[in-house]
Amino acid sequence: MNKTLNNKAWWLVLPVFLMVAFNALLPLMTVVNYSIQETFGNNEFFWSGTTWFEQILHDGEFHASLKRQLIFTGLILLIEVPLGLVIALCMPRNGPWVSVCLVLVALPLLVPWNVVGSMWNIMALPDIGLLGKGINALGITFNYTRQPISAWFTVVLMDVWHWTSLVVLLCYAGLVAIPDAYYQAAKVDGARPWAVFRYIQLPRLKHVLTIAILLRFMDSFMIYTEVIVLTGGGPGSTTKFLSIDLVQKALGGFDLGPAAAFSIVYFLIILFLSWLFYTLMMREEAK
Amino acid sequence: MAEIRIENLRHSYSANPQSDEDFALKRLSITWQDGGAYALLGPSGCGKTTLLNLISGLLTPTEGKILFDGKDVSNASPEERNIAQVFQFPVIYDTMTVYDNLAFPLRNRGVPEGEIKIRVAEIADMLELTKTLHKRASGLTADGKQKISLGRGLVRPDVNVIMFDEPLTVIDPHLKWQLRSKLKELHLRTKRTMIYVTHDQTEALTFADQVVVMNLGEVVQAGTPIELFERPQHTFVGHFIGSPGMNVLPCEVRGGKAVFAGMPVDVANIQSAGNRGRMEIGVRPEFVSIARAGISADVVRVADAGRYRIVETRSHGHTIKLLLKEGEEVPQSTTFLAFDPSHTQIYEDGWIAGAHR
Repeated sequence: MNKTLNNKAWWLVLPVFLMVAFNALLPLMTVVNYSIQETFGNNEFFWSGTTWFEQILHDGEFHASLKRQLIFTGLILLIEVPLGLVIALCMPRNGPWVSVCLVLVALPLLVPWNVVGSMWNIMALPDIGLLGKGINALGITFNYTRQPISAWFTVVLMDVWHWTSLVVLLCYAGLVAIPDAYYQAAKVDGARPWAVFRYIQLPRLKHVLTIAILLRFMDSFMIYTEVIVLTGGGPGSTTKFLSIDLVQKALGGFDLGPAAAFSIVYFLIILFLSWLFYTLMMREEAK
Repeated sequence: MAEIRIENLRHSYSANPQSDEDFALKRLSITWQDGGAYALLGPSGCGKTTLLNLISGLLTPTEGKILFDGKDVSNASPEERNIAQVFQFPVIYDTMTVYDNLAFPLRNRGVPEGEIKIRVAEIADMLELTKTLHKRASGLTADGKQKISLGRGLVRPDVNVIMFDEPLTVIDPHLKWQLRSKLKELHLRTKRTMIYVTHDQTEALTFADQVVVMNLGEVVQAGTPIELFERPQHTFVGHFIGSPGMNVLPCEVRGGKAVFAGMPVDVANIQSAGNRGRMEIGVRPEFVSIARAGISADVVRVADAGRYRIVETRSHGHTIKLLLKEGEEVPQSTTFLAFDPSHTQIYEDGWIAGAHR
């Protein structure tokens, strides 16, 4: 039988291709374009090779914000993942309180990011904010516009408030999916609560925890809005994370070349670390 | 090990049950001897799993008592009752090896590691799991996993009873038979009390010394497989056990005789029949034969079941099935049927006449 050649079907792929192109490929290519050329405006470009990449990789400011970023992300992962898991374990499995709890837990996720920043900005003000005034009343000097420690404390607390819910919801969904027979068998086998957690709940939550960690890692690594509204990267540049640094370079200094190289390095770091997390957490599966 | 006595047990899943309808289990009293093999048989939703979970302590009864060797355990936890249960779907701890799975119930009870080693080796040997002992349990097939669940029940030397909740549901047909004979063998070897819940009559009848048939939250009959076959206490048992099930025909009692469609029929328990309520004759297809005279019937359908043939006939608006051995001649169209009098019973409102309820 002769195969009918009809390549017209390719046209059906066109909408998807165009969408992906405009969404991802073209913007990314512009960035690549800027990162390897020099421009002085007038749409004139000169080849610059890897100059911008070298400059960024040797840039002290970049190193400092990368370090801050890693510490911040590490901190919030260490707090949010266990905390979210504990909250999910404490939530009721059935009854009328389930929906109440779920709505309460989901609320922070519904607040726009810049609103979260403003809320905590006002709340942490040392003279009128509930949190700031409260801490000062305890006899601890707290001023997030002057003390780096106070600023970090507020930023981390804000992120925990905003995003722990995501971990809670994912873990809760995972917990609810465990069949009753597992708990019944554990009862019959005389397992203590710790053993139930260690040998039934934790192994069955592995996949949702992987997703939770990946999502929280990526999101926190790209944090911008909340921090810029709350501290603007200060005091000094003590809360200047990668995205803030990038925006300052690109828009503040109009250094399009280095900023483009920065973007690509930033993107590759996220890609690499996500891959690393995923491979490490899924390693067992391959066995 | 223990004798299990259940006294006036009732259970409802709603908080304050009003009518009989609210009870998943309606008043039940039964005694199970130590070391016996019992089966709970009934259609889905008849309350057999509820009864099982009440015995194991996963549920607390609304009313009534459960006694192990005379000791009231109605409110005790599964751990205190010291029972084992195998569930419909194999439950394994999938991050552990097969060895650790089997050792788990012992470790939870603080048994010394040396003793655990001996027990686990013994059980693994019984279940033919020795080769896979140090593999991850998650890599096993469904029947292997179910064997682990079973092993966790057997590993404790002092369990009062091992309960099985339709344990062969997810097992491939050709392995079902193997596991079933394994269970029977284990029962003979270990002499533990075993209670086996199923809706499959073959499983129940081959496994158990005594079968408890349940329907709509009640025990309909408890007896040996032969008793269930020869003298079903209720037409439900007649239908549910046997393939095909018992023929049930409406009748009336006139002058000390059961009369079906104008023809007198000899029944074994006629002297107990009171002619109250709905009267029915019950006779199994095994005890119906072709005769020269008697009840007239038309042959509707013949199905070949290998060693015998199932003949479906129509008589005065009712279906009567009978079995014909290989080689016996199938009658053409109209024929006459005879019932074996010693295996034909009369039922009043579903229950066998003369039964003490």
